[in-house]
Amino acid sequence: MTRFLPHPLLSLVLLVVWLLLNNTIAAGHILLGGILALVIPLLTTPLQKNHPPLRRPLLAVKYLFVLMWDIILSNIEVAIQVMGPLRKLTPGFIAVPLDMTADLPITLLASSISLTPGTVSVEVSKDHQWLYVHVLNLKNEAETIQSIKQRYEKPLKEIFAC
Amino acid sequence: MNVFIEALVIFLLLAGSGFLMVGSIGLARLPDFFTRLHAPTKASTLGIGGVLIASSLYFSVELPGLSVKELVITLFLFITAPITAHMMSKAAMHHQRKPIERTRNMDLMKPARRRKAPVDNQNPKSS
Repeated sequence: MTRFLPHPLLSLVLLVVWLLLNNTIAAGHILLGGILALVIPLLTTPLQKNHPPLRRPLLAVKYLFVLMWDIILSNIEVAIQVMGPLRKLTPGFIAVPLDMTADLPITLLASSISLTPGTVSVEVSKDHQWLYVHVLNLKNEAETIQSIKQRYEKPLKEIFAC
Repeated sequence: MNVFIEALVIFLLLAGSGFLMVGSIGLARLPDFFTRLHAPTKASTLGIGGVLIASSLYFSVELPGLSVKELVITLFLFITAPITAHMMSKAAMHHQRKPIERTRNMDLMKPARRRKAPVDNQNPKSS
């Protein structure tokens, strides 16, 4: 089973995306998508690193909604900052200490930080202990770091159980 | 088409294009590379998101069958946008692009460039 279907979740996602892109559920496309969903994971398995497994899928869904809500809220905030007087803006760099070391959760954390307006992740230290972030309007450094850790890192740690 | 859905589509289109415009204005107005990066990468998430949801809603109602292509586009956008932003800010950092004067914690750029841990703030040498 594992020989022919190394990543069942990836295969399912590939099939669903194929059907969504073609906007159809015709039998021919299900067959073609099924073949692609079987062959692509087999071809790409040698390229993949071992990722920590997804432990709490429900929490991942909740995380997605929290993230979307944050994107909407902070988009409005950044819109006001961009249109307002720029002299008041104090941009700055912060270094966020990380509690997790695996590649995938750090990538997701960095992407979440970049997606929410007002912050862009810039660089991660080689030992995976620090994430450098540029903040558009840095008021309270400790508070910003704390909110990133509390809002994004904590659920990610629980989702991947690392 | 239902008046309610029509109003919703109009609202989503207006809000989406509004955020896209704010993003472009931000790109022109903000003072340095790092702050400029914030405007366009962010506008793409909510601005394009709004336009795509409006399109999905409109074509789901107008044409037979659901139109869910837009959701896939949103998904791809949400995967690629932060990576582009990260690559650009990383490149700027390693090319030693100067941020504007009043940027706080500029001393963090040095350890970030070397991908090392920041120097401890409690260090008596730095205070």
